[in-house]
Amino acid sequence: MSKETTLSDLVSEIESGMTIGIGGWGSRRKPMAVVRALCNSDVRDLTLVSYGGPDVGLLVKAGIVKKVICGFVTLDSIALDPLWRQARQQGAVELMEIDEGMFFLGLQAAAWRMPFLPTRAGLGSSVLENTPAFKTVANPYNDGPFAIPGDVGAEFVAVPAINLDVAVVHVNIADENGNGMILGPDPFFDEQFLGAAQRRLVTAEKIVPAGTLADHGPLERATIHRLLTDKVAATPNGAHFTSNPPDYNRDEVFQKMYTTAAKEEASWNLFVQQFLTGDETSYQQAVSEWRKAQ
Amino acid sequence: MSDLSIADYCVIACSDSWRDCGEVMISPFGSVPGLGARIAKSTHSPDIVLTDGEAALSFGIKPINARSDELVREAYVPYKSIFSVVWSGRRQIMMMASQVDQFGNQNISAIGPREKPKAQLVGVRGAPGNSLNHPTSYWVPDHNSRSFVAAVDVVCGVGNDRARSAGVGATRFHDLRVVVSNLGVFDFSGPDGSMKVLSLHPGVTIDQVRDATAFPLAGIDGEIAETRAPSEDEYALMETLDPKGLRHKELPQQ
Repeated sequence: MSKETTLSDLVSEIESGMTIGIGGWGSRRKPMAVVRALCNSDVRDLTLVSYGGPDVGLLVKAGIVKKVICGFVTLDSIALDPLWRQARQQGAVELMEIDEGMFFLGLQAAAWRMPFLPTRAGLGSSVLENTPAFKTVANPYNDGPFAIPGDVGAEFVAVPAINLDVAVVHVNIADENGNGMILGPDPFFDEQFLGAAQRRLVTAEKIVPAGTLADHGPLERATIHRLLTDKVAATPNGAHFTSNPPDYNRDEVFQKMYTTAAKEEASWNLFVQQFLTGDETSYQQAVSEWRKAQ
Repeated sequence: MSDLSIADYCVIACSDSWRDCGEVMISPFGSVPGLGARIAKSTHSPDIVLTDGEAALSFGIKPINARSDELVREAYVPYKSIFSVVWSGRRQIMMMASQVDQFGNQNISAIGPREKPKAQLVGVRGAPGNSLNHPTSYWVPDHNSRSFVAAVDVVCGVGNDRARSAGVGATRFHDLRVVVSNLGVFDFSGPDGSMKVLSLHPGVTIDQVRDATAFPLAGIDGEIAETRAPSEDEYALMETLDPKGLRHKELPQQ
């Protein structure tokens, strides 16, 4: 059964109040077409779960985010996202901050239908006391054949499952059945995001007929298999301005313009006028015209 | 060699912090630690493993400003594998610190109140897990009483006092090594695992360090060693591996 649909139908899966996981990492392979569509939608009060990049800054600035669960927000080649900084410094958004590894384990626990996974990461740090609901778990192997002397009496962080209502990831190529291929250097944690979610959404640079995905790259790069996905939509250049090699690298000039514009309300409004008021087609057209004018 | 800069001393202090580390991944944050790791690998610690900053181990030793397409990759290590390396302990890190305190708690997350920080920084990143799982050091290019603080606003990397309070689950592999700053080199061999002066860079006085540090430092009475200068070979390597002098730009400009 084909899972192929339009961007707007895919985005309509996301409703107010949902917890939404966004794949990619920093300013790399982010499903930006979906992020842009959400910025122009009526949804409100989202909880974002993200290895944060410009997705977080844009959605928070759009005023549709209640809470962010993350370990960082960065644009990679530019350390900090001005929109995220402003929102935090104005106290406009709640942050549940967790260690990068706890984040991975939380998604993995949800994907494996476990209530928690244990780790040392987080012990002694502010992460635990800033979210008092986090609990520790006592090592059950303090004696007997499985006891490890160095860990007798240890408490570990019980990272709770991070269950998502919706996850959205962007890949290089998908097929109609919802299998996806990531041709860039790192699959990041997209598989865990999809595994942790009730509704699983994929956008792709292009969609090919079912059964032909292996013609487009090494089969072992098709890590987003169709047991992990519900809907897939083609969004060419859909990760712009984040990187999505080998299709394209990060648009560093555009990203720099984004951060410069974001510093002042007046320049930000101009940026929004130029790029973010229309749909994805008009965004891509505006980017293309902007590039010609460079 | 007559015109050595403070940055050159800092690079050597970083390099020396990895002496005899064996075959482990070194993750240096910043140009000075990045260059230090390459000097260490070129000289006393050839088994050091570096990454390409993306998803691979980088083969050989390339300058810190090398372009991605100039690197040779020898194995595939995406982020998911990095956590396996971190949690196996086969790694050492030198992170930067916007704030560091007497017991080595480190902050890279935010300055000021939690709900409405004065300055939102990058976030805790992997610092909590890094500091509990493998040797951890810090690089602070601008040593002053706002970076060497009485108490950090957000504990990201875990200090000796907080690790102790969290019990053996935290202390088993917790191993803070050194802090390298633009004034000197410090370790945590003071009372109760507190920060102690190991050496000061040339021209730096102990009064200067005391004024720039908002907590009491151990090891400030009596003779204090001077940070060792790079050898001629090390200096030549520095020039080769940092041809644009990026290390100098990381320190506050005089």
